[in-house]
Amino acid sequence: MKTVLIDYGSGNIKSIQFALARIGCHAVLSNNPEMIKNADRVIFPGVGEASNAMLKLKKSKLDILIPDLKQPVLGICLGMQLMCEHTAEGDTDGLGIFQTNVLKFSNNIKVPQVGWNNITKLSSQLFDNVEESVYMYFVHSFYATICQDTVALIDGTIPYSAALKNNNFYGVQFHPEKSGKIGEQILKNFLIN
Amino acid sequence: MVAKRIIPCLDIKNGRTVKGINFQNLVDAGNPVELAKRYANQGADELVFLDISATLEERKTTRNMVLKIAEQINIPFTVGGGISSVEDVDVLLKHGADKISVNSSVLRDPNLINRLSHKFGSQCIVVAIDAKQIGEDWIVYSAGGTIPTKMELFEWAKEVELRGAGEILFTSMSHDGTKKGFAHNALYRLSQGVNIPIIASGGAGTSQHFIDVFTQGKADAALAASVFHFNEIPLISLKETLKMNHIKVR
Repeated sequence: MKTVLIDYGSGNIKSIQFALARIGCHAVLSNNPEMIKNADRVIFPGVGEASNAMLKLKKSKLDILIPDLKQPVLGICLGMQLMCEHTAEGDTDGLGIFQTNVLKFSNNIKVPQVGWNNITKLSSQLFDNVEESVYMYFVHSFYATICQDTVALIDGTIPYSAALKNNNFYGVQFHPEKSGKIGEQILKNFLIN
Repeated sequence: MVAKRIIPCLDIKNGRTVKGINFQNLVDAGNPVELAKRYANQGADELVFLDISATLEERKTTRNMVLKIAEQINIPFTVGGGISSVEDVDVLLKHGADKISVNSSVLRDPNLINRLSHKFGSQCIVVAIDAKQIGEDWIVYSAGGTIPTKMELFEWAKEVELRGAGEILFTSMSHDGTKKGFAHNALYRLSQGVNIPIIASGGAGTSQHFIDVFTQGKADAALAASVFHFNEIPLISLKETLKMNHIKVR
């Protein structure tokens, strides 16, 4: 099986590559459209600022390629947010894959929100063998509102989407590559389902 | 609400973990990767590696160690010590560090915080602040707590937040090494004064101190070294105690 990690110069891809290697998957870093199109699984990472990341995607025409992909695609953190319709970060239009918008946390929450939080209402194969209310590691200042594509959520003072799914597209706000054994299980589920 | 984090800190010299008191009488405490793995398995929420290497050659060894940690550790980790440029950070992130911690270099050149957070995102920039209480004032020190600056803790904390720091790692030099508890009053003021997460460091001696740092100090995370290295407070039982005291931990 060929797994490609989209390399568009945004974020710490190494840690995802290492996490995949720990579960026996040797992912290739690439921004080559043909390689991405022909992969069995595509992971779309991202850390940093949304409008800059979107500019980088547009430069390499990945903004057109990604929504057309037919194989399972997993967006992580900013990757997931860019797959939504719009993000308030830099007032940026997203790829429109998930039917929701990304908003900024209000001032009574410390941002960036850093740390482990429980995810609930797990309703996707992505969470096979994962228990309700497990802790995952999050680092973010913006959040995706709850919508029909939500398959896991954070049930705090502001409930929001922890994971999204639409057809072959998956997105997770947390970092499975930094969330211990359970995070590795979620990556495994993405690779086998 | 995110859980409160417990963060063991490992001092690294020439790619090895070292233990010592006030950087004196350093004793080799083994392979950092093995120690980090053990902490990760025991429930550490994050790890901090502080590079106390003196020479450039030793720092290169640390970089290779960072790569090994990134390969094997499945929780987030921060690398600090001797980082003074965008290039330094770039190299460490490319070796797999999740976050970096800066201290003296940003006291010399505060604008470095802006440049780092602009290039890498504030989520990976931790600003470490060492401060000592002198009378009513908290004076910020640089160079590993050896040189007093003109900066005052609470003002400097606000400035680093404005410049784009993602977290503050505050070490109270007045409490560090005493094992008599964290600096609750200063931590509480810090927590009220800025809107980014605060990692408390300095003074951990008992499990009760960790309860206090979260309930009284309102810290978001607590960092300690020797109590974990010498197994005075086993991580697993610390987490249990915190849960029993209704503190949200993983």
